[in-house]
Amino acid sequence: MAGTALLGRLSWRVATVSDVVPETARAATLLLEVEDWPGHRPGQHVDIRLTAEDGYQAERSYSIASAPDDRALALTVERIDDGELSPWLTEVASPGDSFEIRGPVGGYFVWDAADSAPVLLVGGGSGVVPLMSMARHRARRETGTRMRLLYSARSEEDLLYRDELDEMAAANDGFEVVYTLTRSSHDGWSGLQRRVDAQMLSDVSFPERQSSPVFVCGPTPFVEAVSKNLVLLGHLPRRVKTERFGPSGGVHDI
Amino acid sequence: MTSGGTLRRITRGFTGRPRDRSAGDRLPPGQYLVNDFPVLSAGSTPKISPEGWDFRVLGVDGKTLARWNWEQFRALPAETTTCDIHCVTKWSKLDMTWQGVSLDVLLEGVNLDAAYAMVFSEGDYTTNLPVADITGGKAWIATGYDGHDLEPEHGGPARMLVPHLYFWKSAKWVRGLRFLEQDEPGFWESLGYNNYGDPWREQRYSGD
Repeated sequence: MAGTALLGRLSWRVATVSDVVPETARAATLLLEVEDWPGHRPGQHVDIRLTAEDGYQAERSYSIASAPDDRALALTVERIDDGELSPWLTEVASPGDSFEIRGPVGGYFVWDAADSAPVLLVGGGSGVVPLMSMARHRARRETGTRMRLLYSARSEEDLLYRDELDEMAAANDGFEVVYTLTRSSHDGWSGLQRRVDAQMLSDVSFPERQSSPVFVCGPTPFVEAVSKNLVLLGHLPRRVKTERFGPSGGVHDI
Repeated sequence: MTSGGTLRRITRGFTGRPRDRSAGDRLPPGQYLVNDFPVLSAGSTPKISPEGWDFRVLGVDGKTLARWNWEQFRALPAETTTCDIHCVTKWSKLDMTWQGVSLDVLLEGVNLDAAYAMVFSEGDYTTNLPVADITGGKAWIATGYDGHDLEPEHGGPARMLVPHLYFWKSAKWVRGLRFLEQDEPGFWESLGYNNYGDPWREQRYSGD
């Protein structure tokens, strides 16, 4: 297991919002400038701390969406109606605002671009965010590593990064994306229209099931079902890495 | 500008949730209360049948000092304990009721010369703990939660329960522990998380 190197203290740093990009009706990407940011690996997350005027503080974790080589650190946040930080991050935060950030955190759910084995990514909802960091990293590094993303969302309107994912796939250099919608689709939708199931996972799996790393991120029931099916299909449990978020806990303020 | 004190960084326009004082002083710094029971683990949930399960206590040389199969383990005196749980991902849940066997029962008669232990689980998961933190009524092997069998996604059939430390120390799908002469980092402890994990000192990450 990598990561036994000496690890310094993760101190709180100041992040300044340089731009806010609306992604969907519920999600926005914050582009951040962070003083002395030490860099990250694709799949990692950060802790954010906001402070109210009376000194009250709240912390949550958010996945990083940008590639390590990107100039700005990007976080894509989905607004949770009774969430504590996400309403501020998606609706109030504006260029010039600043808050505290700590990270990067998490050394396990990480894709190593030096690993040339084909990679399967399976994302549910905003679980696609850390997977996007991996896809972007692959694109920036031009590694040519085969990578497939199976991305499940409620509706077309809920899909994050659709244009960018389609562009990456259109480059025809080994990246593929398969969408599936679980609730509604418009006429003319050519993608899949059901929950991720064993057949779908079998169809997207690379033949190299023993060596192919798989990253699964999404709500707990999604991750439980997907990871169980992947192991039944012959993927090695130790190669199936998961990140979960529950109705009120976990890494996405959901 | 400050006059000697620390500058508190106010986030423009952030008010936060209505202040919930119901937890009193039971919520460690940076934590928030939840009512449900979130699931977090690094991989797929393993399928563990009671027939193949055992719990082992290994000496520093790796030799088995004690072993219980499922039936023998279930025959040990169990107790019910109610505690607050604090996860490093920031949720806390108060008054969780568990059924399990105290480590004091399992380690009765075992020579406790070593100062550290590595708890190991089904798969590759490990977590390290000082022996002083798993003895003296501070740790259990839990097989039940809230009056029913522990569900697989929460670590069933048996998980470690060390409520005074962040919850990753309460290893799911536990299979035993090995005594260590010298402390060694476990799984998350090798990946940037704190070696000890005291929520009251907010020891989340390496160096905290």
